[in-house]
Order: sequence, then C-alpha cells, then structure tokens
Amino acid sequence: MAQRIDLPRLDELLRAGAQLVEVLPPEEYEEQHLPGALSIPLKEFRREAVSVLEATRPVVVYCWGSL
Amino acid sequence: MSPRAALWLETFGFQEVYDYVAGKADWLAHNRPAEGTRATSNTIGSLARQDVATCRLGESTAEVGQRVETSPYGFGLVLDDAQVVLGRVRKSALHGLAGSIDEVLEPGPSTVRPDLSIETAADRMREHNLTALIVSDPEGRLLGMVRRKDVEDALR
Repeated sequence: MAQRIDLPRLDELLRAGAQLVEVLPPEEYEEQHLPGALSIPLKEFRREAVSVLEATRPVVVYCWGSL
Repeated sequence: MSPRAALWLETFGFQEVYDYVAGKADWLAHNRPAEGTRATSNTIGSLARQDVATCRLGESTAEVGQRVETSPYGFGLVLDDAQVVLGRVRKSALHGLAGSIDEVLEPGPSTVRPDLSIETAADRMREHNLTALIVSDPEGRLLGMVRRKDVEDALR
C-alpha cells in the first residue's frame, strides 16, 4: 500500500528525483499545479496513460487534498 | 482521489508509490510556487513582507520594545524555535514596563493562509478595519505580513 507522506517528505523525494503526478481533472491542472508535475487524471488511469512514468523510480501522486 | 491513483499504480507494477494526501491545498497554503494559468499571483502570499519585529518568550520588554519601535507595525510577534506564532506584544503594552514580554503577551493572534485571494483579504480587512494581516502556514509558522495598502494597490 502506498505510503502517505507530508510536505517535508515530499521535498525529500523531489530532491531525490521522484516523479510527481497530479490526478485531478485537466482543467484544474491547467489552472494550477505543483512545479514539474505531470497530469494524469484519475479517470484516465490506464496502463497506456501511466506508461510515461518510469516504474522503477518513486512516484508521488496528489489531488487537491484538504486542510 | 489520490489513494485510488496510488493503488492503480501499484496494480500496474510501480514499486515505490507515495500519496501526498494533503495535496495542492497544502502546497499552496505553505506559499510554495505553482505553475499554470492561475499560478499564485492573485493570492496574498505574493504580497507578504518580512518586516515584522519578532521575539522569543522570556525576552525583556526593553529589548523587544526597541525592535517594535522601529517596525512598521504597532506590535511584535512572539515565535517559538520553529517560527510558530505564539502571540503578539503590542507597542503600547511595552512602554514603561520592566520585565519579560511574557507578562504582556496576547496569545493566539489571528493568522491567514498565503493562498487567500487578494479580493477576500481586502474584504476582510475593510470589514474588520485591519491595517495588516499575519500570514502563516498550516502549522502556524510565520510566513510574513501583508499590509492593507499593498492589498488595495494590487486590486487597482
């Protein structure tokens, strides 16, 4: 099961070269996304769509979240 | 939404998958930069100044009073070692008082997040007749101060 991480851990992973993926709808990604994030909306999560990612490198996914 | 995406990635054979559960809202609330058509230019984080006087618990009123005197605000902020805003000391409360600032500290001043829109901030400042807002991240760490004049100028 995927590890749930906070912002300091995200910083560490990004420094180490993790891939970052926003899973929100494309309109929301277009408006605002984390620097360097790729857009793969959850509704399009199929093997072909995620083939742009390297399976052997860490991947961090995020959506809007809540505070 | 992100837990399901993470599950799918694992199903597809990805070996190291993480879920940043607090997501974009948390990132923006820490005043981190964003990319995209809206980015962060319409939020108060872009107006935050680093010019408020700060101090630690236990400091003397004389020392802090000098710092607050030269600050553009009528108060100083009391921070802990992690920069969390513990309280506020007003300039007027420091005058002629010998001792520790702990005696005049007002705990828990209101703070706002940097991803608050400039329009909303302007409304709030007018409504409550505020000249400045304290900006902090979700953990309460000080990010800066936003002045009403800067907010109004940004809306022109």
